[in-house]
Amino acid sequence: MTVHRSAMEAATSVARYSVLYFGAAVMLVPFVWLICGAFKDNQDFFGSAFLPRGEGLLGVAWDRLTLDNFRELFAGTPILRAMLNSVFLSSVTALVATLVCAAAGYALARYEIRFKGAMLAMVLASVIIPPTLLLAPGYQLLFRLNMLDSFWGLIVPAAAPAFGVYLFRQASRSSVPKELIEAARIDGCGELRIFTVVALPLLRPMISAFMLITFLGVWNNFINPQIVLQSASKFPLSVAVAQLKGVYYQDYGLQIAGTLLSVAPVLGLFLLLQRDFVSGLTSGAVKE
Amino acid sequence: MSSAHSQGRWAPWVLLAPFLLVSATFLVYPMVQSIALSMQQTFGPAHQEFVGLSNFGHIVADPLFWRAVRNTLVFTAGSVFIQIPLALGLALLLDRPGLRGRAFLRTVFFAPVLVGVVFVAMIFGVMFEKRTGLVNQALHSAIGWDLDFPWLQRYVMPALIVASLWQYVGFNMVYFLGALQNVRKELLEAATIDGAGPWRRFIHVIIPQIRPVGTFVVLLSIVGSFQLFELPYVLLNGTAGPDNRGLTIVMYLYQMGFDQGDLGYASAVGWLLAMILIMFTVLQRWLGGESGRRAAA
Repeated sequence: MTVHRSAMEAATSVARYSVLYFGAAVMLVPFVWLICGAFKDNQDFFGSAFLPRGEGLLGVAWDRLTLDNFRELFAGTPILRAMLNSVFLSSVTALVATLVCAAAGYALARYEIRFKGAMLAMVLASVIIPPTLLLAPGYQLLFRLNMLDSFWGLIVPAAAPAFGVYLFRQASRSSVPKELIEAARIDGCGELRIFTVVALPLLRPMISAFMLITFLGVWNNFINPQIVLQSASKFPLSVAVAQLKGVYYQDYGLQIAGTLLSVAPVLGLFLLLQRDFVSGLTSGAVKE
Repeated sequence: MSSAHSQGRWAPWVLLAPFLLVSATFLVYPMVQSIALSMQQTFGPAHQEFVGLSNFGHIVADPLFWRAVRNTLVFTAGSVFIQIPLALGLALLLDRPGLRGRAFLRTVFFAPVLVGVVFVAMIFGVMFEKRTGLVNQALHSAIGWDLDFPWLQRYVMPALIVASLWQYVGFNMVYFLGALQNVRKELLEAATIDGAGPWRRFIHVIIPQIRPVGTFVVLLSIVGSFQLFELPYVLLNGTAGPDNRGLTIVMYLYQMGFDQGDLGYASAVGWLLAMILIMFTVLQRWLGGESGRRAAA
């Protein structure tokens, strides 16, 4: 009986590990394929699934790997400009949105003010609104404000995401104690100074998580820059790389190298700051 | 009165001002505007004409719209009925104390969600090529699959479901993993003592306790799937694909609003979509309870 049982357990354990590691291997395939593809010329691109076979170490023709795709990208396309645009747009939006949301969330958590109920209702309601509903009227508004084809037309509308206010309100309620605010008041500290000197440091975990989520969201966003921007010199990586697919439709190595350049920075950031990322992303993020 | 006290009156409004200003301008105003816009025909952003409710009539009468609805529903069904059970299955397998490489596995399954949809489309666009693409080649050598299987020509929605499965299965898994860790162990033990096998424990003990998170994950998937746009748009080079096989509701909205310049018509499509999604959200609140949101958040 016990022998039978432990044999069963061993079998389920083997099955569990096999399924999980096989699944993980499948999940990794596109990443490995992406890295390999970026360093192959067009002849090898489809000649081999991952690395070109040859006489070298491990049966791989290492000498056939090439940096030509990257050379061509930097010399023949505005990819460098797109990278700078992406870094600028993502960091500025992340910084501004985090400050705006932290201030509003803290105010809604720690002050008794008029219309608080109405404002909270608005925050919750706007989380439900699908962003696609705002595409057409938002475009018309930016046209009237003369903000089309400018970075501000992307940054300002994204500066106050409601779910950020919601997250910072929760964080303020749980990690900025009322007693501390009172104590600072008794010491003669002004209200705005209490926010910057007392509250912000206590909100740091949420600040870093939210900055990362926002940075990632802007970096990966396609539809907004696609609609708002018109000049190629302003395109971020998402739009610029998608255009490679149309312009260099037969040059797969080039497309894949551009994709790798866009994906690698955020994956690197993720591996560095993993814990903030996972808790932040699942704390109310809505996928697109 | 002390200055600190008077400062206490306006300070919260200073802190709220940027949020209120931006929300009023870029959220509330366009929301209200979109109602008016949905009753107009526009020719680019500057010229419009009032047409009443006829936009909605045209949409409902347009077979292309129903094509988009059908495609979107197929994709949504794939997300809900394939992706979510797989995510739950992975979470159940991973939720075992002392599992070797747990952090590694979690990272690997989660990593694709960091890759932007555009870049997923770039990767899978090449991998789904006939004959030369990795998907057909791998399936061919494994199970003798047809090398000329036309993913991007005929089976666009299945291809999108596969790509999206890769991207989001780990994201949903993380939600389930969190829910499973909150399942009360003493109930599981009690069920085991009462002689319940793994299957009955799953149905009668685990499922009821993870239901709030489960309905929330289903809602997220439905809301996300209904707004599918970037993946097919980039995968199919800015078109709806052969015979509109990749046309989705939001792509229909985009084509009408931004390719043809009728922002009014696009707003009407947007409102129809919003109505459907709000209906699902209310339904989820009702099925999963308010606790569902809180548990997941």
